[in-house]
Amino acid sequence: MIVAERKPFDEIKNMVSGYKRVLTVGCGTCVAVCLAGGSKEVETLNAELNLAFGKDKIKFGAETLERQCDMEFLAELDSKIDEYDALLSMACGAGIQFLAERFPNKPVFPAVNTSFIGVNLDVGWYEEKCRACGNCVLAMTGGICPVTMCAKSLFNGPCGGTNQGKCEISNDQPCAWYQIHERLAAQGRLDQIIAISPPNDWSNQKPRKVIQPGYEERVKTLGR
Amino acid sequence: MKSGSKLERILNAGHFAFTGEVGPPRGANVEALKEKVAHLKGVVDMANITDNQTAMVRMSSWAASLICMEGGVEPNFQMVCRDRNRLAMQSDILGAYAHGIHNMLCLSGDHQQFGDHPQSKGVFDLDSMQLIGMVKKMRDEGKFLGGADIDVPPKIFIGAAANPFAEPFEWRVHRLAKKVTAGADFIQTQCVFNMERIREWIRQANDMGLTDKVFILPGITPMKSVGMAKYMKNKVPGMDVPDEIIKRLQGVDKKKVADEGIKIACEQIQEFKEMKGVAGVHLMAIEWEHKVPEIAERAGVLPRPEV
Ligand code: SF4
Ligand code: SF4
Repeated sequence: MIVAERKPFDEIKNMVSGYKRVLTVGCGTCVAVCLAGGSKEVETLNAELNLAFGKDKIKFGAETLERQCDMEFLAELDSKIDEYDALLSMACGAGIQFLAERFPNKPVFPAVNTSFIGVNLDVGWYEEKCRACGNCVLAMTGGICPVTMCAKSLFNGPCGGTNQGKCEISNDQPCAWYQIHERLAAQGRLDQIIAISPPNDWSNQKPRKVIQPGYEERVKTLGR
Repeated sequence: MKSGSKLERILNAGHFAFTGEVGPPRGANVEALKEKVAHLKGVVDMANITDNQTAMVRMSSWAASLICMEGGVEPNFQMVCRDRNRLAMQSDILGAYAHGIHNMLCLSGDHQQFGDHPQSKGVFDLDSMQLIGMVKKMRDEGKFLGGADIDVPPKIFIGAAANPFAEPFEWRVHRLAKKVTAGADFIQTQCVFNMERIREWIRQANDMGLTDKVFILPGITPMKSVGMAKYMKNKVPGMDVPDEIIKRLQGVDKKKVADEGIKIACEQIQEFKEMKGVAGVHLMAIEWEHKVPEIAERAGVLPRPEV
């Protein structure tokens, strides 16, 4: 899932000051699971904002959509949007942008910092796992991502800085390439990393679209 | 001859190579740089010019390489993957070669968090292995990484680094093999303090036939003090300093510690001269360039051969 953290309160406060009616929009999917932008967090943020501004100065509304990255759910706001002069979104960056696209006349502000694609290690504890590089090499690396988990995103590690299984950047950070070696060795698959991995195609460096096979015709008729 | 660099000629002629290192200044202090270079003139075959070493901003490696060349010492232009993408790398290689630089050392580079700009974006578009392959492609095929032809390809003698001490040990020789396959002509290793480990690593490289394909120059760093030895043991990633070294330095009179450090270095060089599969040594006398002539003298590597 996508993991986000709420922005520092003062930053949020500065963005919305100057508006009279602000709608805080949460998202019920990833940001709710990682405890950053679901309905509970919308409530908490609005309570803090009310306390900071005083109820008369700014009126804060609250809505939490099932998913902000899905037009169907954004449509639910159509009838309410006129009551507000700014939107504060607690979704990930994708959701926030989609919201802004749906309501191009309204200022939309991000209340969270979208941080990474990660996993849940424990309640409130998440770890980055993927940088959406667009060219997944997990088959070669025993299921450990060298782009994300190696501090230098190396494709032919471990580098000379690896330190008894730890990464050179910190003793708290395992060396991804050490782990890749261990896992492949245990599976008898070290030959996977004997060949030189060629320069990567960093496909994620330009705006991307994916159309799944089977839907191409349909997309054409939409003409977008 | 792949590049015709002095180092290549020396190694091809079968001489025991002796290379040094110069860290460019943290500023435009040309005089300080010239002084460091002057100590190495006639003493080393070539000097590595570090590239924003430990992720601290310094005068650029190719620019300092030119000053080194003017000072009469052949430079080894270092390039790390941390600070440049493949476009910048290739254009710097062309520019350096155009000015007469013929040796290059391809490194991934220390992570940016160690230096004076920890907030910077690390590039790592390529890794060191891929950089080696790119330089080889430029030289041997006359092509850019993207495939287009190069109008006068750069003839570079390609260097790479190896750390025989980092875990997993059994993988280190495979990584060396990968660098050889990628196109490395010579290898300079991490500072050697653990002789047992390097003997074993060289033995493996001999067994795999790698030492017939690449010139290996183990790295030598004389310890200046007990504090330095302890710092290297505990704080520098990838460094392997056995307790015997620290005990030996502690065992001599305080005033004699630096001398003992040089003695250890000279003993190591002696052993490497006789070790099968070793083509020379790389002396990294960090901020101790003025001592290099003395160390070279005591290690018996002077005078340097003329080729
Ligand atoms: S290789 Fe790329 S796609 Fe695969 S996990 Fe890593 S970043 Fe994600
Ligand atoms: S120590 Fe390991 S994880 Fe860290 S940069 Fe080097 S190879 Fe990558």
